Amino acid sequence: MGDLVTISGNLLYAAFFIYLIATFFFAGTIRDKEKGKSRLAGNIGIGLTIIGFITQLGYFVTRWMASGHAPVSNLFEYTTFFGMMLVFAFIVLYFIYRVDLLGMFALPIALLLIAFASMFPTELSPLVPSLQSHWLYIHVTTASLGQGILAVSFVAGLIFLIRQVDQTKKSKHTFWLEFTIYVLVATVAFIILSSTFSAMNYETTFQAPVEGQEREITYEMPPLVGPANGELLTEGAMSPLLSAPEWMRGEDAAKKLNTFIWAILGGLVLYWATRLIIRKRIAAAIQPLLKRLNPELVDEVSYRAVAIGFPVFTLGALIFAMIWAQQAWDRFWGWDPKEVWALITFFFYAAYLHLRLSRGWQGMRSAWLTVGGFGIIMFNLIVVNLVISGLHSYA
Amino acid sequence: MKRITCECGHENPEGAVLCEACGKPIEENQHIDGNDDQKLLNMRYDGSARRSKTYNRTFVDKVWNFFSSVKVGVWLIVITVIASAVGTILPQEMYIPPNEDPAVHYRDQYGLFGQIYYQLGFHNLFSSWWYMILIAMIGISIVVASIDRFFPLYKVLKKQKPKRHETFMKKQRVFGKTEDESVDLELFKKNLRKQRFKVYEQDGHLLAEKNRFARWGPYVNHIGLIVFLLGSLLRFIPAFYIDDFVWVREGETKVISGTDGEYFIENKDFILETYDESDERFQQALLNQGGPVPKNFQTDAVIYKRSESSLPGQEPELEIVKEASAKMNKPIKFDEYALYQASYQLNEFSEMTFKVHDKDDEDTNYGEFTVDLSEPETVYELESGYRIEIQNYFPEYEFSNGEPVSVSRFPKNPAFVFQLYPPGESEPETSFLGIGANIDASGENEYKLGLVNFDVRDVTGLTVKKDYTLPIIAIGGAIFMIGVIQGMYWNHRRIWLQPKENGVWIAGHTNKNWFALRREIGKAIEGTNIQEPVDQYEMEK
Ligand code: HEM
Repeated sequence: MGDLVTISGNLLYAAFFIYLIATFFFAGTIRDKEKGKSRLAGNIGIGLTIIGFITQLGYFVTRWMASGHAPVSNLFEYTTFFGMMLVFAFIVLYFIYRVDLLGMFALPIALLLIAFASMFPTELSPLVPSLQSHWLYIHVTTASLGQGILAVSFVAGLIFLIRQVDQTKKSKHTFWLEFTIYVLVATVAFIILSSTFSAMNYETTFQAPVEGQEREITYEMPPLVGPANGELLTEGAMSPLLSAPEWMRGEDAAKKLNTFIWAILGGLVLYWATRLIIRKRIAAAIQPLLKRLNPELVDEVSYRAVAIGFPVFTLGALIFAMIWAQQAWDRFWGWDPKEVWALITFFFYAAYLHLRLSRGWQGMRSAWLTVGGFGIIMFNLIVVNLVISGLHSYA
Repeated sequence: MKRITCECGHENPEGAVLCEACGKPIEENQHIDGNDDQKLLNMRYDGSARRSKTYNRTFVDKVWNFFSSVKVGVWLIVITVIASAVGTILPQEMYIPPNEDPAVHYRDQYGLFGQIYYQLGFHNLFSSWWYMILIAMIGISIVVASIDRFFPLYKVLKKQKPKRHETFMKKQRVFGKTEDESVDLELFKKNLRKQRFKVYEQDGHLLAEKNRFARWGPYVNHIGLIVFLLGSLLRFIPAFYIDDFVWVREGETKVISGTDGEYFIENKDFILETYDESDERFQQALLNQGGPVPKNFQTDAVIYKRSESSLPGQEPELEIVKEASAKMNKPIKFDEYALYQASYQLNEFSEMTFKVHDKDDEDTNYGEFTVDLSEPETVYELESGYRIEIQNYFPEYEFSNGEPVSVSRFPKNPAFVFQLYPPGESEPETSFLGIGANIDASGENEYKLGLVNFDVRDVTGLTVKKDYTLPIIAIGGAIFMIGVIQGMYWNHRRIWLQPKENGVWIAGHTNKNWFALRREIGKAIEGTNIQEPVDQYEMEK
């Protein structure tokens, strides 16, 4: 058993590095002269991507064998799977439109997701009775595939925005584009900080009241924000600068807030350090690399991804979800936060399609919508699980 | 109705923007689709005459136009999205502890924000009247918008002719002129057919079309949505939908609520299994969890049906319907009902046996009696002449301000106030007795009651469902899926070719994915000497 888990973990590492190398090959296509001439770098890139995908599939299968259930049942497993589906969706769209530069952006986003996932507990976890159903696998995998395809529309939308937003003057567009990039950077900062502190085995323990009972709370990052009315137990540890507001209940609320603040600050440092070096907006620095890209093509890729992803998402996240909920909880719909956010995602993309088809929202506007849509998907994955958790709570 | 005759001879309905047959713009209607200030034709519904764009005088027209507007539809959706998102910030009423007053709960738990949230009705958003109205308006909007567009679009696509007006051709997004006498039309047609286009001809003019059925996708999916919504509405009619709950103790046979006394359930055994902590696979996770993790909840039950011959009022005669187990994800189904494993209660007391003894000597015994906790009797006469009356029974007692109270009806922590009458005495001795509590009320009692024995059993809670709306809802969902796939995975494409003295014009239209259309045109003109048309559309930044 233990062996399988190790093999599985190694396969995931391997997939991660293969995707990383593939990214560089896709980046190499920037220098390709005319379209259609030398496709070498792009071909190697997509070849590696496929190998990486198969490797990650290996991780998935071996982990399944080890635990006896499909590994989509906690936040780590689910988020890595989402990354894998993003890669799969990218491969599909690559073969429809053959846009090499899509890979240069899609793979880093997938890498970010996988790295982010590994910040959560990675041990195998047992399935509680309500999750013991084939519909769980069917529902989660299809929903995740749908989200992966929709995520590609975000990737293409982001490329479109970086390519098209006028960088010669400050505008709402430049601001929000930088903001989007900042969020990605803050995720990187979170991963760096989290793995650094965990490599240092950093721990600080507090004793604090949780719902009226004294509990021990262990921080894995230095406490900028301590729990409300908490008492520091670890000797010689840094004492918190602030304490969390009283209304933040729940065992880990203060700890999560602390992590969040670290990520925001880390992101700011990383972002501004980059800007100091390149001396312009990050998007402005990337823009020249994308000059040869046809914006209408990118716009269509983004739209096509929604067109393909929307039905898959609906099937997985709503219809299969309802079938499963009917079996497990005797009602196909219960308005729990996770369900509501799936419905919001569905409505959002339905609005996107209507705006595009009937009101001609193309180009810039529809690109911004894909950014919003991805925001909603990530919100459902992370905030709803960690903060507003309902019945589906993985964490 | 006014009719407009085009120069090609076709008679168009009032409100047509483009001639149904040849596509020539109808002069006086160009403002309708905003063609007058655009270089290209707006081809959205092929310039068909839609009611919403034609009439706007009466009240009915205005209502119709309101609901048929996609702008309105999208706004409705956006408002619903925002409201739903707000509805997830705090738990909905159904997820707060059941015996708490929501008015107090939201204020106490979440302060001012909670109070405002409660007062605006967000605590029960999804069954609030205004949320229902939003959904109903979306429903109406879907119906009106679909009818408004489907019929004209259907007609115009049916009547279209290959021979098109020059203006129509020139104002297509994809358009190209070829000046070359050696155009190979046969090859062109062959190439088109190879790509599964249907080719129609009229006086040398060509129309190649494919996937027209994809245009009906949105209408099919909207029908699915409507069926789904109607199905959900039917749940408000009791004949279609029963949602009830039954608690059954182990060993007990009980009528199943919601079945009009027709069905009974016997709980043979309730099983709760937890993950083995020595399970190597999950050791780490189980350790972190810090407690047992449930693996299975299961009720082994027998379902009975009251036999036809039993008379009302009499003890019913029961016939076995089936023996089955209800588990999570595996309800027991019988006839039109389903029983879902929903809740449980472990180790509820079923019986307690007490004895009477001297206050100072536990080894004495003046007789025993057994209380059935689901139906305690008021008086127990012992053979030895002692008489015990139950003055008060608390199935689940707690002390509140020094007084015992019961917090539920379930014997989870039973306690009694007993009155003991020794033989021949008329003044009772009063004592309070519970688990871990044995209080002599007056302090002067001679006797004491002691717990000798008890029995516990599990109780299972099952939801009882009868739902005739499920098939309707499922059909709605299926129609929806067919519709979206039909509209999303195929695209309607048309290519027109017009012969000219020294060459040809070609134009193309699709409802989405223009790159893909141009790629197909590219393949169709290979080797035909037709020049590649250009995309006349310029993306505004
Ligand atoms: C949440 C509910 C809705 C869903 C899921 C939905 C779904 C769809 C989908 C998937 C399409 C096809 C879009 C495309 O091919 O790109 C579509 C088209 C359309 N929908 Fe909806 N829709 C909804 C509500 C509405 C509402 C409220 C209206 C009212 C205005 C509306 C009016 C339309 C129209 C006019 C079209 C275009 C039809 C055509 O061009 O042939 N829909 N809808």
